[in-house]
Amino acid sequence: MFRFVTSRLLQSLLALFLVITATFFMIRFVPGGPFTAEKAVTPEILRNLEAHYGLDQPLWRQYLDYLGSLAQGDLGPSFKYPNRTVNEIIADKLPVSAELGALALALALFLGITLGTFAAVRRNTWVDYTASTFGMAGISIPTFVVGPLLVLAFAIHLGWFNASGWYGPTDRVLPVVVLGIAYAAPISRLTRGGMLEVLHQDFIRTARAKGASEFRIITRHALRGGLLPVVSYLGPAAAGILTGSFVIETIFQIPGIGREFVNSAFNRDYTLVLGTVILYAVLIMALNLVVDIVQAWMNPKVRLEA
Amino acid sequence: MRLLPPRSLRRLAVRGAAALLVAAGLAGCLQRETNVQRGDREQVLHRGMGADPSDLDPHLAVNIAEADLASALFEGLVAEDPQDLRPVPGVATRWEISPDQLTYTFHLRPEAKWSDGRPVTAQDFVEGWRRMLTPTLGAENAGLLYVLQGGEAFHKGANRDFGAVGVSAVDAATLRVRLEHPTPHFLSLLTHPAWLPVSLPAVAAHGDPFARGNAWTRPGRLVGNGPFRLTEWAPNRRIVVEKSPTYWDAARVRLNAIHFHPIDNPDAEERAFRSGQLHLTYVLPYGKIEAYRQNSPELLRTDPYLNTYFFRLNVRQAPLNNERVRRALALAVDRTAIVEKILRGGQRPAFSLTPPGLPGYTPPAGSGTDPDAARALLAEAGFPGGRGLPPLELLFNTSGNHRLIAEAVQEMWRRELGVEVRLTNQEFKVVLSERRAGRYQMMLSDWVGDYLDATTFLDLWRSDSGNNHTGWTNPKYDALLFAAARTADPVARASQLREAEQLMLESAPIIPVYHNTHVFLVQPSVRGWHRTLLDHHPYKHVWLEK
Repeated sequence: MFRFVTSRLLQSLLALFLVITATFFMIRFVPGGPFTAEKAVTPEILRNLEAHYGLDQPLWRQYLDYLGSLAQGDLGPSFKYPNRTVNEIIADKLPVSAELGALALALALFLGITLGTFAAVRRNTWVDYTASTFGMAGISIPTFVVGPLLVLAFAIHLGWFNASGWYGPTDRVLPVVVLGIAYAAPISRLTRGGMLEVLHQDFIRTARAKGASEFRIITRHALRGGLLPVVSYLGPAAAGILTGSFVIETIFQIPGIGREFVNSAFNRDYTLVLGTVILYAVLIMALNLVVDIVQAWMNPKVRLEA
Repeated sequence: MRLLPPRSLRRLAVRGAAALLVAAGLAGCLQRETNVQRGDREQVLHRGMGADPSDLDPHLAVNIAEADLASALFEGLVAEDPQDLRPVPGVATRWEISPDQLTYTFHLRPEAKWSDGRPVTAQDFVEGWRRMLTPTLGAENAGLLYVLQGGEAFHKGANRDFGAVGVSAVDAATLRVRLEHPTPHFLSLLTHPAWLPVSLPAVAAHGDPFARGNAWTRPGRLVGNGPFRLTEWAPNRRIVVEKSPTYWDAARVRLNAIHFHPIDNPDAEERAFRSGQLHLTYVLPYGKIEAYRQNSPELLRTDPYLNTYFFRLNVRQAPLNNERVRRALALAVDRTAIVEKILRGGQRPAFSLTPPGLPGYTPPAGSGTDPDAARALLAEAGFPGGRGLPPLELLFNTSGNHRLIAEAVQEMWRRELGVEVRLTNQEFKVVLSERRAGRYQMMLSDWVGDYLDATTFLDLWRSDSGNNHTGWTNPKYDALLFAAARTADPVARASQLREAEQLMLESAPIIPVYHNTHVFLVQPSVRGWHRTLLDHHPYKHVWLEK
């Protein structure tokens, strides 16, 4: 176990370094720069700006400087927001996305696992068909359709919620529901598939023969194996959902980090692009590691090997 | 095969339904009065402001929303009349202009105060302008201060002594300004945020006041002298300003607060308006104009705006180095069809670059639309019926109606002239980068005027302009603008400017397409929100009334 974790950490570190290097150079080779604007600044102003941010140095030098400050946890100043640092922006916006993501993930797990289990248990009945319809609809109807529809119904016609913004607790409801449903749909499909496979295995028949109640069979015996596909899906899904969704954050104008992934690239805000990419990469790697450990615990067939 | 007893199934279903009902009930209880209802009661204006501002530093303000915020937090020597934006006394109560129009003496009102209680002095303007012109700040609009005597030399580093720049504090209440040349629109120019004063000690308390990256504009730190003071700045959430008790004219300020909501998606903004969150939107999605015109015309505003859309033609390359080809293309664009069939937001067909409505300036009539003359010109150029002319490329960026306009014009040129045009769609900064490098043939562009004078458009085509990008230069054009800048008589000056614009339009390095409007939504309770060409709305004259 210890060897497994250390070896995975080392691999992750190497992967992270490659991601940082590739991103650093790729964003620099995109046409346009942070100070490219409709109204051209004079060459004198541009030179001053570049000197202020060290962009007048050779690229390799900037790269080494960046790695140097990164090692000290400093992600640098933002180009787009001259009085904020990337650390500040992430510290300000990540908690918002994480809160939205955590709530949505909880809703998605509750809805998805419940529906998926019911569908598997009552296979080929109306319960199954309803759950499967929900699953297919949730996967195929994009959030940018569901979101505005819910806003139309609950914010504009019923007046229960704000149409956009992130001010009070009620502002969480609509985005959490939209994002939750989007993730609940694949979870319900995966749960149904996993459960169907498990429910036909011998140990379930044994449990039933022992006289265990059906409720106990499902929750104690079947779910543990049936949820394995969901768990492997959850690693990348949780990284994605916690770092925010560009679409949801745009529809509901949520001040999260998700929008910065896209906008920072449009703004050529080099340091913010790198900051968000590093954040996402670290989360993906960490969560995948967690998933592997959880899977080994859930499934005796899986062994952690370095 | 029944695995689960129906009872537990039902129990679960009942519990889920109960939970949903409780949630819905809670939401129902929390149904409260909207922002607009409460705002109307408490004189709090809620407005959409487009994308989140980069900074609240007035000297770094580059877009309209940033300038708008600066106008709430700061006040310059002159302010703007809320109806026609004519310069009216601001921090200065009166001013004298020397007969040669080169020296302005401003007399500051003694009761003007910063939000920390310190009086606003002439020195604060000197410091503000010095900061603006200091190269290390890298202020994008520093060029506006080149009208100051010696301003350009100081900014470009030719002279490092600010004492040589034409601004000085005679005493605490008197500011003397020397200009490089007579500038009849100087007072209008002064309403631009680049000319705002800053309280240098308040800036210096948080870092180098002459460099970027100074975080003095956070709430609790920002010291302004405007009708409002900053109380909250939560990025991407909202910016709140409250009526400033230290403002000299606070008795006349009727709004208690303004909440600026940064909403960068026009559809989300329109939904927020409909749910009662906003008094005013920043824009309206084009697709919704017709619906509002039909159903709620009282909420829709299409105000004239100092913004012209045009094509830039790269005159450095064949075949667009041929003036006849360029003029033929210009004559074949049916602007009326574009305005009436595609845009439908009250825009006007453009045959000149400068929009109508500028005080003291009537733009030239331009060449109009004449497909027959266009075909004749193209034949004269050696491409009868478009034969022999290689396909042209039209570059545009993804935004608003750009694709629709590009496709319409592509079809007009094909139909009227037999000219093939390929459309190239790129992301905004890629387009700008191609433009700077001169790697394009034709591109869709627009320009928003900074102040109420034709030079805000005509300066673009001077040979030393950084915004020209067409490769077109003409010594006579430069000479006319140079002479106009040194002409004190406004009528003679206007005729020089008109002659210059006529000259440029005849050579057609650009093809004007339409004069834009500002389309937005406004609640009927918003008062004092006049139609102004620059979309400026001095907040001290705005109030809410049912």
